[in-house]
Amino acid sequence: MGGAWLIRRIAAAAAIVFAVTSLTFVAIHLAPGSPFLPPPDRPVDTAVVARLNRQFGLDRPLPAQYVLYLRNLSRGNLGYAFSRGQSVRDALGTALPNTLLLAGTALALDLGLGLVLGVILAARARRTTDVVLSNVTLFIYSVPAFWLGLVLVFVFADWLHWFPPGFTSSPGLSDSLPFLGQVGDRLHHLALPALTLGLVGAAGTARYQRAALLETLGREFVRTARAKGVRERRVLLVHALRNSLLPLITLAGLSLPFLLTGSVLIESVFSWPGMGRLATDAVLARDHALVTAVAIVASALVVTGSLLADVLYAAADPRIRERAA
Amino acid sequence: MARPTLALVGATVVTIAAVELLRRRTQAQGSARRFFAHPGGVWGLRVLMFFAVMAALAPLIAPYDPAAQPGIVTLQNAPPSWAHPLGTDAYSSDIWSRLIYGGRVSLGVALLATLVAMTVGVTIGAVAGYARGWIDAVLMRLVDIGLAVPRIFMLLLAVAYWNRIPLTLLVLLLGLTGWFTTSRLVRAEALSLRGRPFVDAARALGASPARVLIRHLLPAALAPIIVSAVLSVGNVMLLEAGLSFLGFGVQPPTPSWGTMVADGQAQLALAPWTSFFPGLTIAIVVMSWNAVGDALRDAFDPRPEHA
Amino acid sequence: MSETAATPPPVLSIRDLKTYFVTGAGTARAVDGVSLDLRPGETLGIVGESGSGKTVTSLSILRLIPEPPGHIMPGSLIEFEGRNLLTLSPAELRAVRGNQIAMVFQEPMSSLNPVFTVGDQIAEVARVHLGLSKPEAWIRAVDMLNQVGVPDADARAYEYPHQLSGGTCQRVMIAMALMCRPKILIADEPTTALDVTVQAQILELLEKTQADMGMAVMLITHDLGIVAGAADRVVVMYAGQVVETSATRDLFAAPLHPYTAGLLASVPRLESGRGVLKGIPGSVPPATDWPPGCRFHPRCPHAWDRCRTEEPPLLSGPRPGQSARCWLVQEPARRKPPAP
Repeated sequence: MGGAWLIRRIAAAAAIVFAVTSLTFVAIHLAPGSPFLPPPDRPVDTAVVARLNRQFGLDRPLPAQYVLYLRNLSRGNLGYAFSRGQSVRDALGTALPNTLLLAGTALALDLGLGLVLGVILAARARRTTDVVLSNVTLFIYSVPAFWLGLVLVFVFADWLHWFPPGFTSSPGLSDSLPFLGQVGDRLHHLALPALTLGLVGAAGTARYQRAALLETLGREFVRTARAKGVRERRVLLVHALRNSLLPLITLAGLSLPFLLTGSVLIESVFSWPGMGRLATDAVLARDHALVTAVAIVASALVVTGSLLADVLYAAADPRIRERAA
Repeated sequence: MARPTLALVGATVVTIAAVELLRRRTQAQGSARRFFAHPGGVWGLRVLMFFAVMAALAPLIAPYDPAAQPGIVTLQNAPPSWAHPLGTDAYSSDIWSRLIYGGRVSLGVALLATLVAMTVGVTIGAVAGYARGWIDAVLMRLVDIGLAVPRIFMLLLAVAYWNRIPLTLLVLLLGLTGWFTTSRLVRAEALSLRGRPFVDAARALGASPARVLIRHLLPAALAPIIVSAVLSVGNVMLLEAGLSFLGFGVQPPTPSWGTMVADGQAQLALAPWTSFFPGLTIAIVVMSWNAVGDALRDAFDPRPEHA
Repeated sequence: MSETAATPPPVLSIRDLKTYFVTGAGTARAVDGVSLDLRPGETLGIVGESGSGKTVTSLSILRLIPEPPGHIMPGSLIEFEGRNLLTLSPAELRAVRGNQIAMVFQEPMSSLNPVFTVGDQIAEVARVHLGLSKPEAWIRAVDMLNQVGVPDADARAYEYPHQLSGGTCQRVMIAMALMCRPKILIADEPTTALDVTVQAQILELLEKTQADMGMAVMLITHDLGIVAGAADRVVVMYAGQVVETSATRDLFAAPLHPYTAGLLASVPRLESGRGVLKGIPGSVPPATDWPPGCRFHPRCPHAWDRCRTEEPPLLSGPRPGQSARCWLVQEPARRKPPAP
């Protein structure tokens, strides 16, 4: 694969992240309201506010703040999260892994279930199984993820008591459990939120896969395979599927925005302390540094995801490998 | 309860009649025939029309005032019954009535926001594809940035500017964050059009770029734009519902289906219907948008193997 | 079919094949009662314009017609080795495909799977039918590539279809088809998508392998030139039916059916000097709406009332093995002299 091509793509990705960072920085700083605006019913001495502003460099002109921010960024200093009383680094440090865990599990479920379902739908295309399942899939795809979360919470947590309604682990209890017990407890808590996101994602993937597979099945080389006497199952799973798996890679890479969006809502439903919660709280509190950092991370994830998808696709498709070389 | 029920029945009849009328009127068109051959698409159309009629005739169909709180102690969180077919919420308001009025907001916001997004997307895509050069490059970098940030983060950022966001502004923001994919689509069409000889011929005859774009590009790109628009209305509905659920979207006391789900969250265990029905409604309507979009896509671009 | 006692039984026998397609615009009767025989070791040319039903006929033999819109109607018979191919179970059919009856298609590049090497694709036939292991099958595949005239076959086998030329891809397809030494090879427009020089090479290859393996070849084409050079007998198709059957030489010397005559006349010849190209007036009618009576009558210079109302059956002509679906065979006097 062409090294030059790869470098160009990485450079473009970096440029986008930089642009997002800058735009977010400017946007959040221009937002009315400042982090230190006291609630109207508890007036604070303006001198105190002024001192805090000065302390955190908020009284300097915007360009100067921007340069300062970039300089700090290059040293790995993401700033201080006023609203949480900790450095941005620390805030992200706890939130990001939680979101990655949730999104990663959901993605695995999404791709696994979606692929299998898509293949089944294509194999049984236009027959009863397909008609019924396709409609069910369309329904799940159209469902608001947060509502599905609530439904699952009601059924499995409030009613059946099989799973906990929220949080990443049992507060208080988990520390006293042995390691395996802790892992189990975490998985127990991960189940419902990941299932919610994963199901909706899988529905979308299945729809896409079905269409892609049906289209591939109409192509001439499939007819050749049948004319060779290859059995239908192999025609579907080897000849056709290998061709329609390639777009799935791209689809996976592009799922990241969906997962991040979903995480914002799902984390709210399940009180999951991840980036979504962090983002909403930070925006409400006009916490400059935190919002900018979240934007950087989110766009970096999205851009990396799509870059990875491009690379994997090129690696998998013999035709692209030639052109890129 | 008699008159609202009658009105409801009337609405159903009008819906079915309207769809049938549409089917008959468009028989001549190949694409229309293909659309109506899709049972999913036709049902989606019926459902959407039903909700549209309901929203329009809300005062007639809703049995109660959606803002009324008749018995905040006695009647709150009442399960579904004859008097209240979908139950009441924490404020003792009738859920069915709130659902009907909420439809006005949810549907209206989604439709208008999509209109904004389509207008912006088509314009920018056409300009970029036609002008090419640095204009195209700049615009497409903008699109890349827009696509890099998940839409909800953009919306959160924008919403930070206002304490209670006015509805019109919400519509605008939803629209301005959703035009990126459409612009790419239109740009692709414009690029392919640009390369055709008749464009040069038209320009030689003195036709302005705008004229070429409007008279030739738009008709060619119309089908994919419509499909993209229909499918994106569903997305916007989900997004608005999500925002309203978090408290950033439609502000109380205006009912929207998203806010209704949020209201029900606190008493989920004891009164699940308060969240269940609004959410189910969103799912059904979004599903209908998706079904219609799918059917339209197949109708405009038929392929032999397509179901 | 007029056959003398000396002719061996046909290796493939099609009787009254009807393949219809159900579309939004009506039912297209693409193949509407076709009967023909394929004799062992012969090359049978099937000629016709697009829309004549020749490709659908060839696909129907191995039941490669997509089932939702297409249907091979009951009552059709395709007899091979004493069995009706149309009523075989899926497993039995699979045993025939690629093994005893093989097929080569028109677009060699799109007929090969883009994500597998050509070696793998050829080897697959051996693994499916001959039960060979992967390495054994690979060796056979490379050997086959050699036999079909692909230079440097060891290296070529590792390549993907998009890396090869059209002619080479077609050789790959032929290699795939010949792996199990089939009794019948169906070639559907095998050279249409190729350059003229490559065309000649492919036809030569087919001829050579046929001689080596003694298999029967069904060659479907719209090109009369190919038929003249390669086929022993010819079947002319029009509007879903067989309209003339004949030995090649007889067909070119004295065509019975006006359509055949029209086809021959429309081929430009070097010797004829300058002049107007003679096409057949009109166009092939849609398969959903065949004309009544003789289907060619709207375009036929000899047509009279009987042609418009009565559909002629295949009538035996003067020479042995010759037949045409035309009332002129019974009433030759009605044949109008050719225009100057």
